[in-house]
Amino acid sequence: MREKADNTGPTSHEEFEPRIVALFCNWCTYMAADLAGTSRMGYAPNVRVVRVMCSGRIDPQFIMHAFARGADGVLIGGCHPGDCHYQEGNYKALRRFRLLRRVIESLGIERERLRLEWISASEADRLRRVADEMAADIRALGPLQLSIPAEDFASAEGAGAELTSPRIAWQTAAKEVAIP
Amino acid sequence: MLREDGFGSGSTRDRAVDGATVNGDAPLTNGNPPIRIGVYVCHCGTNIARTVDVEQVTEKAGELPNVTVARDYKYMCSDPGQEMIKEDIEELGLNRIVVASCSPNLHEETFRGATAAGGLNPFFFQMVNIREHASWVHEDRESATEKAIDLVRAAVQRVRHHRALETRRVPIRPEVLVVGGGIAGITAALTLAHAGKHVYLVEREASIGGHMAQFDKTFPTLDCAACILTPKMTQVKAHPNITLMTMTDVVKVEGFVGSYEVTVKHRPRYIDVSLCVGCQQCIDACVYKRGKFEDEFDVGLSKRKPIYLPNAQAVPQVVLIDPEQCIQFSSGKCKQTCLEACDRDAILFDQEERVETLEVGAIIMATGFQTFDARRSPHYGYGIYPNVYTALEVERLVNASGPTGGEVVLRDGEKPTSVGIVHCVGSRDQKTNPWCSKVCCMYSLKLAHLIKEKTDAEVYNFYIDIRTPGKGFEEFYQRVAAEGTHLIRGKVASVYQQADGDGELLVDVEDTLAGMVRRIPVDMLILAVGLEPRADAEEVRRTFNITCSGDGWFMERHPKLAPVETFTDGVYLAGCCQGPKDIPETVAQAGAAAGQALALIDRAYIELEPNTAHVIAEDCSGCKTCIPLCPYQAILHDDAENRAEINEVLCKGCGVCVAACPSGSIVQNLFEDMEIYEEIEGVLAYA
Repeated sequence: MREKADNTGPTSHEEFEPRIVALFCNWCTYMAADLAGTSRMGYAPNVRVVRVMCSGRIDPQFIMHAFARGADGVLIGGCHPGDCHYQEGNYKALRRFRLLRRVIESLGIERERLRLEWISASEADRLRRVADEMAADIRALGPLQLSIPAEDFASAEGAGAELTSPRIAWQTAAKEVAIP
Repeated sequence: MLREDGFGSGSTRDRAVDGATVNGDAPLTNGNPPIRIGVYVCHCGTNIARTVDVEQVTEKAGELPNVTVARDYKYMCSDPGQEMIKEDIEELGLNRIVVASCSPNLHEETFRGATAAGGLNPFFFQMVNIREHASWVHEDRESATEKAIDLVRAAVQRVRHHRALETRRVPIRPEVLVVGGGIAGITAALTLAHAGKHVYLVEREASIGGHMAQFDKTFPTLDCAACILTPKMTQVKAHPNITLMTMTDVVKVEGFVGSYEVTVKHRPRYIDVSLCVGCQQCIDACVYKRGKFEDEFDVGLSKRKPIYLPNAQAVPQVVLIDPEQCIQFSSGKCKQTCLEACDRDAILFDQEERVETLEVGAIIMATGFQTFDARRSPHYGYGIYPNVYTALEVERLVNASGPTGGEVVLRDGEKPTSVGIVHCVGSRDQKTNPWCSKVCCMYSLKLAHLIKEKTDAEVYNFYIDIRTPGKGFEEFYQRVAAEGTHLIRGKVASVYQQADGDGELLVDVEDTLAGMVRRIPVDMLILAVGLEPRADAEEVRRTFNITCSGDGWFMERHPKLAPVETFTDGVYLAGCCQGPKDIPETVAQAGAAAGQALALIDRAYIELEPNTAHVIAEDCSGCKTCIPLCPYQAILHDDAENRAEINEVLCKGCGVCVAACPSGSIVQNLFEDMEIYEEIEGVLAYA
């Protein structure tokens, strides 16, 4: 069913099923995915969940790496603002997400391909809606077409690394960071 | 400890991009033992096998690099399933284990145990969730199987990089905080206190007892609520292991399981609790000769003075002053007759709010419910017609210690000759609350019985369904029906007051059994209001960092197997804060919550996941980016060496510093960059 051999070649939209990497925090969104399971709430099978303890753990390079290795979309799931199990990791995720979305757009990746959603442990229904929406959006967009060959894109992951470089880190870090 | 498996100390990120694939039993890097992975795919009966082609997943897993053996089995969590893992480790020399089954929240511990039983470090294990995340959420067998294969591949690639780790032990404080002094909180507090643990019982009202103290009889046995509750209330007060704090709010909760720091605020009651003996001479002496203000305990059906005892059986048996009503507070010009009357000098007009910090190891939430505000369903006429009552008001009317001394009379003092009871008010209603409040059928039948007994009135129950699932409940229903109470199946459409009928009400109802619309005149209409989460439940759950389900009740960790635990370790749930319950269920759940808290604190220590972060000293540039990011102040800067250091005792393992480190010099155990990169690659590598 999956025709895509590499993520640069053209693919028939009819047969295209997007592959979405979902980076979910352990406490809220992963739990929501578990609840969707126990509630038998079906959603698009395109989503592959990778668990992290906190959305604040999500390194922008994970996302660049996913795009480089063939993901058509990346979904970040974390606790609602104020509900982070680790106090404020989700705010860090939000800052990185906003900055990264600008970077990926400049690399020619449509903004719909990267999505951040706050989904609490009880919001299985919301998880279903987000997964279905994202699958439909990306199905409409078609496979990710990188402007540079995938093998070279690995070096573009450096763009993700830029976000954590001291030069830019102040934007993603707390205010009082000293810039060396 | 961390690197004994010898992956070398090179930057983890180098491995992410060098593309080194591992084939067969070839060593991953020079000098390391070959990686030999066992993959076990669970059928979970038919739970997984029905939607996921388990054999195909197993076959594909067997073809992956480094996989020595791949097997499928009906129930991996069973003893034979675990034994299979153990034997394979011993006989095939496996050094990594992957189990594809249910959520790690259910069985990660089980399979870590099986891994350890085979002689491996338990963290050489990775779990794949192909039930909750695949077979239960997808219909299409092909795509569910494809997804399962992707997830297994991700785990196989990831587990190669796992390291031997050790859990951390931290001590637990033996004290427990119980929030809420209703029957749930009282039961939990007494259970723990009897076991020799110190309990702080925090109640925001002036007396403990909660809703149960307001009830008259309890269904289905009709034993008196006060008779069974008040001995427990006095036990709480007398117990040396319980510190009772009334008129107290929890304002802040910090820390974590085993060592919570809880800030509580004691609101002033303007009475020295240690001096007042509840003689009530101050109340008699008050310049108000009779009650003027609505009595909260009697739900507004009686009046009280600004200085009052919360109720006759209040614990503590201590009066309080309402500063919004007392003349001394509003004008400062009261004769202060209460002060003169008190021979113990217990009245303190200048008492102030006091803040205190409590240190506890565990917390039990027993914050209860509120009844549905019947004004939200105006077609029933509550708040419009005086003879429409809520069930809680009628509980007070039938109660011998209530405003009428137990006489069921209307507001004009007349005895009703016909009484209607409307079930499901604010329950099972898409416009208000969709859930069944569980207790209303039974308490409505109880009220029907009590009213019939006291007034001999005709009693009409208007119900959607009568639900009586409980010990003795159906028998009680049969008994009440046999007593001649009318049971009319149908929703009440509207309620009117007769223009000239002395307040007589007309109830329009469709009798769905008789197949006709009926209009029934009644003197008194009782609304069986449902239970709903307290108005401030959202605020409270944020304070305690727990979750609410979509309907607003506090959410349990697992609906079946962890009904009193929350997602926050060391915080447990008891009673109606988790959902509607009757008294026996509440007491049972409170006992379970106390039992869970005991199981936690009695061990004296907890084992924490070793998912903390540490700094690779030689890679750290000392930029200090990570330091302000840590919510636990676990990262310090070593000025002499110019590098960051993480205190792993304080680290909670969120990984926010790891993601922010510009030089990639921070590593989070169990969630190393390399492990996550491999997992991402694994789900994306097309079969």
